[in-house]
Amino acid sequence: MANIEKNIIDGLTGLRDWVDDRFPLMQNWNEHLAKYYAPKNFNFWYYFGGFALLIFAIQILTGIWLTMNYKPSAADAFASVEYIMRDVSWGWLIRYMHSTGASAFFIVIYLHMFRALLYGSYKKPRELLWLSGMGLYLVLMAEAFFGYLLPWGQMSYWGAQVIISLFGALPFIGDTLSLWIRGDFVVSDVTLNRFFSLHVIAFPLLIFGLIGAHILALHEVGSNNPDGVEIKKNKNAEGIPVDGIPFHPYYTVKDIFGATVFLIFFFGVVFFMPEMNGYFLEHANFIPANPLKTPEHIAPVWYFTPFYAILRAVPDQLGGVIAMGLATNIFLLLPWLDRSPVKSSRYRGWNFRCALTLFVISFFILGWLGMQPVTPLFTWMARFFSLVYFAFFLLMPFYTAIDNDKSVPDRVRD
Amino acid sequence: MPSYKQLCKLTFILLMAISASASAAGGAKLMHMEVDLSNQESLQRGAKTFVNYCLSCHAAAYMRYNRMGQDLGISEEVLKANFMFGTDKVGNTMTVAMTNPDSLRFFGVSPPDLSVIARARGADWLYSYFKTFYVDKSRPFGVNNLTFKDVGMPHVLWELQGAQRLAHVESEDGAHHSPTYADLEIITPGTQSEEEYDQTVQDLVNFMVYLGEPIKLKRGKIGVWVLMYLFVFMIVAYMLKKEYWRDIH
Repeated sequence: MANIEKNIIDGLTGLRDWVDDRFPLMQNWNEHLAKYYAPKNFNFWYYFGGFALLIFAIQILTGIWLTMNYKPSAADAFASVEYIMRDVSWGWLIRYMHSTGASAFFIVIYLHMFRALLYGSYKKPRELLWLSGMGLYLVLMAEAFFGYLLPWGQMSYWGAQVIISLFGALPFIGDTLSLWIRGDFVVSDVTLNRFFSLHVIAFPLLIFGLIGAHILALHEVGSNNPDGVEIKKNKNAEGIPVDGIPFHPYYTVKDIFGATVFLIFFFGVVFFMPEMNGYFLEHANFIPANPLKTPEHIAPVWYFTPFYAILRAVPDQLGGVIAMGLATNIFLLLPWLDRSPVKSSRYRGWNFRCALTLFVISFFILGWLGMQPVTPLFTWMARFFSLVYFAFFLLMPFYTAIDNDKSVPDRVRD
Repeated sequence: MPSYKQLCKLTFILLMAISASASAAGGAKLMHMEVDLSNQESLQRGAKTFVNYCLSCHAAAYMRYNRMGQDLGISEEVLKANFMFGTDKVGNTMTVAMTNPDSLRFFGVSPPDLSVIARARGADWLYSYFKTFYVDKSRPFGVNNLTFKDVGMPHVLWELQGAQRLAHVESEDGAHHSPTYADLEIITPGTQSEEEYDQTVQDLVNFMVYLGEPIKLKRGKIGVWVLMYLFVFMIVAYMLKKEYWRDIH
């Protein structure tokens, strides 16, 4: 028996070495997993990057099977989705995993971004890591927007109509630009076809590439941690960070556990409340798209509503579009707006802590307002919280420069 | 830092304002019914009402007769004899014989497909809708509806419910108040008592909720097994993590 075992191991080792002579297999394995040293003090907030990768895999796989049965035409799209729900074996599960995955993607990404704000993960030397992440976020928003048109329900149709018409507010090029995006004077079969193409090929490919860049950038500079301490500054004789542990096996086993907890929540939604009371699948989207009948209340899906509230808060349409564009893109400037030498909010002063709290509150309230019909009170509230939202960024150079930061320890706390 | 305090205070006040206005908004409150998809007899009765009364004008073009038969425990013979009027192929979907130009001529609109209407409107809306038709001579079919104002559809179930009228819209001081469900009263009794009609409507809505998402009968049951598996796996994964991390802590 022992002999057979030995032969198998020798055979596998030989195969590995054969590959290794022709392809940097072990080099990459070590660089990114077995000898990638991550800080040992990761907490709850450090699960979400891994979850995002898991959701990306779920979306790609379910997307492949959805594409096998979906028909991207104005005449057939709505019916083909119901065909998937009823006649395709397990089609309902694949579709609910994909629709729940879309919302879960944004929940996880928002928490992932909040982690970066909380522990200053965007700060030097991680500016490019942050920019690639923001690029992913913006591309993901476009991906979700294209995908939302595909079921061809009333909200799909009118949501797309409203968002595309926003480009029409831009001076000089506006009308031409929105016409170019739609490919028609209204959202139509042509629009559906191109959105399908962008949703299943172009943008997933972009996301895939950006994820690669994001991980390469991360492994170049190394992970930040809840203490905001650079573990690379403290290495032992072999050049290994004393506060670092190999990603594999320590964080792979930890992430397997975390992913299981995530999947319990995920499948809890998929099997027991896939509509999530109309937040994940909007009720009005079960009415087929009707270009002649505008719904009385058009609201985008929840993950866009904070920006939608900002758009509606500005009285002038062009101003609103600019404000919305700024609100989504202003995160890009964070590494240069933040003047504090301290990364983690554990050691930052009350200026930043209060500002971050107010920002999160206003983000939630704007998100809620974006789902409500317009009333004078809600409009004024949206204006107020839009100001808080922008103040967090625009005043940051001032309140972080004079913050009463504490001293940061040399080593991570256990 | 007083400025933060003031901001926090203002935030709190605005939060209160939100919750106050959120509870004030909402409009006419719908009647509520408990959807019970586990009651197969109710679903069967609802299916019967649906094919007899709704399917003559509305289609449910995404639903197949034999799927309904399998899910609701109706044999193919019974399906063909009692549930299928336009076709005799059990694999067909619930389409409607009436053509689009005809329906446009009769109703001014083409009756919408009802496959997923329960998912768009919700059970309570449907339940309220079926119970709030009332006599209104100004409308083409002589009836209006309190849940769906000026609906272009006759009260198809009127022989069961009878006719209702809207009373008390003018109160004693002569002032008008907007009509509520409480203002409806039966003027001509139908073939069913009020309780019987209520049951008929509940059965029908139960069926329409099923119709909107046939897998709803099963997905919860499958989900329990999936979650149980994940819970067990989570425990194993946690023990594995603990084992590895012993040398770190």
